[in-house]
Amino acid sequence: MSTDEDLESFRRRVRAFVQANLHPVSSTAFVDPLRNERTDEEELAAVARDREVQRMLFDADLAGICFPREYGGQGLSPAHQHVLNAELAGYEFPARLQAPTLSPCAAVLLDFGTEEQKQRHIPAILKGEEIWMQFLSEPSGGSDVAGALTAAVRDGDQWMLNGSKIWTTGAWWSDWGLCLARTNWDVPKHRGLTVFMLPIRQQGLEVHRIEMLNGSKEFCQEFLTDVVVPDSDRIGEIDDGWTVGTRWMFHERMLTNSPLVTVPMGDAHKGDGASFVSRVARDTRRLSDPSVRDLVGEAHMLDLTDRALRQRISEGIATGVMADQSAAIGRLFGGVVSARIRTIGFEIAGLAGAAWTDDDGELAYCGTDFLMRQVSCIGGGTTEMARNVISERVLGMPRELTLDRNVAFRDVPRNASPGGPGA
Amino acid sequence: MLLNLDRDQELFRETTAKLLDELVPVGELRRRRDDPDGFDDGYWRRGAELGWTSLLVGEENGGGSIGGKGLVDLALVAYEFGRHAAPGPLVVTNVVAATLSESGDGGHGSVISELLSGRSIASWCLGETEPNSPFDGVAMQIGVDGSDVVLNGIKRPVESGARADQLLVTGRTGDGMTQVLVPAGAAGVSVTPMHTIDMTRRFSVITFEDVRIPSSAIVGDVGKADEQVRRQLQRAVAIVNAEAVGAMQSAFDITVEWAFDRYSFGRPLASYQELKHRFSDMKTWLEASQAISDAATDAVASGSPDAEELLAAAKAFIGDYGSELMQDCVQIHGGIGVTFEHDLHLYLRRHTVDRALFGTPAEHRQRLCDFVERHGEVA
Repeated sequence: MSTDEDLESFRRRVRAFVQANLHPVSSTAFVDPLRNERTDEEELAAVARDREVQRMLFDADLAGICFPREYGGQGLSPAHQHVLNAELAGYEFPARLQAPTLSPCAAVLLDFGTEEQKQRHIPAILKGEEIWMQFLSEPSGGSDVAGALTAAVRDGDQWMLNGSKIWTTGAWWSDWGLCLARTNWDVPKHRGLTVFMLPIRQQGLEVHRIEMLNGSKEFCQEFLTDVVVPDSDRIGEIDDGWTVGTRWMFHERMLTNSPLVTVPMGDAHKGDGASFVSRVARDTRRLSDPSVRDLVGEAHMLDLTDRALRQRISEGIATGVMADQSAAIGRLFGGVVSARIRTIGFEIAGLAGAAWTDDDGELAYCGTDFLMRQVSCIGGGTTEMARNVISERVLGMPRELTLDRNVAFRDVPRNASPGGPGA
Repeated sequence: MLLNLDRDQELFRETTAKLLDELVPVGELRRRRDDPDGFDDGYWRRGAELGWTSLLVGEENGGGSIGGKGLVDLALVAYEFGRHAAPGPLVVTNVVAATLSESGDGGHGSVISELLSGRSIASWCLGETEPNSPFDGVAMQIGVDGSDVVLNGIKRPVESGARADQLLVTGRTGDGMTQVLVPAGAAGVSVTPMHTIDMTRRFSVITFEDVRIPSSAIVGDVGKADEQVRRQLQRAVAIVNAEAVGAMQSAFDITVEWAFDRYSFGRPLASYQELKHRFSDMKTWLEASQAISDAATDAVASGSPDAEELLAAAKAFIGDYGSELMQDCVQIHGGIGVTFEHDLHLYLRRHTVDRALFGTPAEHRQRLCDFVERHGEVA
């Protein structure tokens, strides 16, 4: 294998691997982590299989297509990643090792990690040995990331962390956290932050699973009490965490548009999209109704447009024609489209959206999916924040008025209560 | 519009934009408000010299593309046409020229070279009152009588119908489709101008009453033009989509500029979060429209199997979301946005007419449902 492996021989190599090693999945086999369909044992078994598949990819020189070769990646182009995505359509893939592990976490490590940090973690990540989480949001407020209250206090060669992080998906089976913490309270908020990495399973770090309205317990909250982090696990400079954080959030907005992340093409792994809506229409036996056909057509239109937009934005950013901040355009559209598709599903389901039996097929998802609809507009940075970014950073419109910009962070007015579930 | 043009494509787009700036600035469009054709011959010939009518025509017929995919190059022209709300039969002349070139029987060679030079223009007679949809076939009768064909029926709306020298008429012979190239002056052809919301383009009703012409006017084979018509529709939709996106771009740019310049309560409109968020939505719809339009055009140009599906998605999306963008631009302007004096309506008109031509968003959504079914997602 060489770094300039041509696309066609790469495709043949991928195809041979996929057919020899991976299990095909049917279009209905996808399990949305937010749909609460697995027992904990089944979830842990699925995580183990994901790690195993990732290791197989690594051993076959197919892990980390766009990661540098010196850290165990393949040093190939986004076009090669695109080929991998295409060839994986209809097959299992290590879904739980993509976001946030490969991006934003590994992407941030590549951008800001020391040589030693990268050598220690990137190959381990690509082998499926480390699953990472973002310790970014806090119960005190999700969108105002730079207002983090989790405190890191230096003590010689190490740091002591106290505080709470929230909305980590699957932290209960993950290994490492990328953590934004406050190291200086006497300067304005953006200038007193530092980024650390820390193992999730350790003394002083408690992981609580949050029950969502549909019964899913994949989202977690972490409580950090005197968690010790060696200074060698600091990423970037002290108090310069916002430089890291800005890139971090860029990678987050790229979501699955990032060339560092593998997403099989097509609908096989998607819980929404036109295929979901059309299965709902099939199961309601309402496909002869022109109004239902209109809604199925709308879902397909949105799905195809969403895909075309993702491709345009990742191409635009990769070639420098578009500003990095344009990632927010894809984030906004994807969130809104996903919410609309769930509404369409609920509309087509009719009465079965409200009450169903085990024999109702795809209809069984429509009610709860609709209740959970806004998740696509909240998780990964709200669509409101995306709209701020697009208007201010892409269109250059005036910034929103903030009252915390030139004030020492300790003097910034804060919530009356800490916030978060159970607060 | 495509993100990454090669140098020749970029030069071509720029030259087209400059020519439109020079020959059909907004003032000229306004002056020609009541002009029966909406443009003059010199304008069209200058564009034709630049290549506006030759991109879909094979090299053997004197045409040729710039980047290897003629439709992709033509979409660049169409985008600039939308951005300038430019007049001229760009869609129909190109669709007819492409079909004549493709039919390959040589008999239409002189017409093709006239179209390429811009000395004559052609239009496509497809739509009718009934069924009033480009996807439900046509009622127009084309009968064969010895060595002649005889046409009976009414076509509307025919773009540049009063100005066109050649009419490609889509009709049926028994169960199959037939297409015939009819000189506009043939006996039995009568043209009645229509009212339209478009200010720069003209549409007509054309009645064919026992129009008898030699069968050498048939393009392709009698009763076997279904595939030909399908390709024409694909091209027309691709060009119209690119044009509609260009019109959206202009309306958006004008409105962004307005938001920076217009002050109320001591601050620019662009500083209000309510408006900023709406601009972000509009920017997103605009980028999404560019993305799906380009993806669909490329798929048609490459003969990709998902071409029609992407085209339908593009036509439906650009129609629906483009109208929302257009009307929100009007809303953000306030009263001035619905005056004749302001330029916004030029682009609003262009986009709105494009939305209705070659299948409405609702019609294309029905087609998209057919595709979903065909994929076997639905048993």
